[in-house]
Amino acid sequence: MLNDSVDIIKLARINPVIAVLNFIKKTFVIAELEVRKLKHDPTELLTRAAQPALWMLVFGEVFTKVRAIPTGSLSYLDFMAPGILAQSVLFVAIFYGISIIWERDLGIVHKFLVSPTPRAALVLGKALSAGVRAISQAIIIYLLSMLLGVQLSWNPLSLIGIIFIVIISAALFSTFSLIIACIVKTRERFMGIGQVITMPLFFASNAIYPISIMPHWLKVLAHINPLTYQVDALRTFMIIGGQSQYGLTFDFAALIIAMIILSLIAAKLYPSVVR
Amino acid sequence: MTKKILEVKNLTKKFGNFTAVNSISFNVDKSEIFGVVGPNGAGKTTTIKMLTTLLPPTSGEASIGNYDIVRDASTVRRIIGYVPQLLSADGNLTGYENLLMFAKLYDIPSKEREKRIWDSLHLMGLSDSAGNMVKSYSGGMIRRLEIAQSVLHRPLVLFLDEPTVGLDPIARDAVWKHVETLAANGTTVLMTTHYMEEADTMCSRIAIMHKGNIAAIGSPKELKLSIGNQDASLDKVFEHYAGDKLEENESGRNFAEVSRTRRNAKRLG
Repeated sequence: MLNDSVDIIKLARINPVIAVLNFIKKTFVIAELEVRKLKHDPTELLTRAAQPALWMLVFGEVFTKVRAIPTGSLSYLDFMAPGILAQSVLFVAIFYGISIIWERDLGIVHKFLVSPTPRAALVLGKALSAGVRAISQAIIIYLLSMLLGVQLSWNPLSLIGIIFIVIISAALFSTFSLIIACIVKTRERFMGIGQVITMPLFFASNAIYPISIMPHWLKVLAHINPLTYQVDALRTFMIIGGQSQYGLTFDFAALIIAMIILSLIAAKLYPSVVR
Repeated sequence: MTKKILEVKNLTKKFGNFTAVNSISFNVDKSEIFGVVGPNGAGKTTTIKMLTTLLPPTSGEASIGNYDIVRDASTVRRIIGYVPQLLSADGNLTGYENLLMFAKLYDIPSKEREKRIWDSLHLMGLSDSAGNMVKSYSGGMIRRLEIAQSVLHRPLVLFLDEPTVGLDPIARDAVWKHVETLAANGTTVLMTTHYMEEADTMCSRIAIMHKGNIAAIGSPKELKLSIGNQDASLDKVFEHYAGDKLEENESGRNFAEVSRTRRNAKRLG
């Protein structure tokens, strides 16, 4: 007389493979839901492209002329293009958490939490959909860079590398944003904190200037900032002659480990958002 | 023969020094429409949140279909349906998509999915608007869509938190008609409301909650007889047990709830 889905949870309890497959499936359902919403209204993706375009066109063009920043063998525009991609991924992701507050106020989060979806799948599904949004930014910035004459790599392996880095970085920062949302719980406080952390994250990194020109204390901050490793990997993949400072393996490892830690924290905090 | 499907024993929730739900106990039988009535702040929503695994109880226990709401929370989630107080269907998806996503989350086998979704839409009278974006729906339609969504996996117990708040009388009647159909088909319904006349006509049994306690419990008729007046309104019964009128009971603690209700009303236009 019990309904059919009880069997699945019993199976999952016995068989860890089924549990993992179920987890992955649910993560993709949550991501699918977000992508469907995006398909109904994609305008957001285009309006978001304005900001990186301005950075490249105005800031990039001017600083290329000034030659104030030592960028080694790369032109300044080549140096900053991956930084601007990283920045737009950061901006897409860092305000993502506000959707949780919004959905909490609408009662949507309640319904997901009452469903038998693993908490971590709710978090990762959201993170993955932030990745999808970020991919659209990557495409726009790639096209823009091409128009501005940046020495872009079109090697398929590099492109796959970029897609991976963009998705994991978006996932990482959106999960970070989710954690903040779960802690502060109101839109007003979230917006305040979002503003306060975005700029330091961006400027305490190697996005638009090399870390070597920073004062010591800022160097320390830049080295614990995941954005630095994201930019380092993007620069290596995107730009012809771009060299990794920390090694791609280290970049990947840093991003993945940060993502795992943040996901675990977020999955733990997520249910508290409705209490 | 009746069968207990929901058992609540000494369930308590404290927020700091404030006791939102104070050691309540009751049982619900299969196919009942069980009402929990009381003013805002009586502990109705807190009770529902505990029973739906959203909020861990401070003490006491409850089980649904013999599964404990704390120890077997993940199983409980599979056998209950829940419609929150707010109109929570996703406005940026179509009605069909709202159901599709939840069908997937509840592991309804893909070959059965379409049939269940359309059966559910049909049952709630939404087949014709399934392809429209939910933001174009009226409040009553959204509520019916949410009920459709919450019964896709054929839950043993359906929890409805103030299902008709903010709806006009016609939409309210439609929602009730559909809830009665569900109950007639064997779904057990536990609902909260602060509309006494609604509880009177709809529910087979009612628990009157007041300041975190269950002040009285029984069928509407029993409750009326218990105050010695079988023609009394439930409002009178409530006054008798709570020693208080409904309207005068909105304390400061309910600000969030009140503002949410208002926001909801605004959203409905």
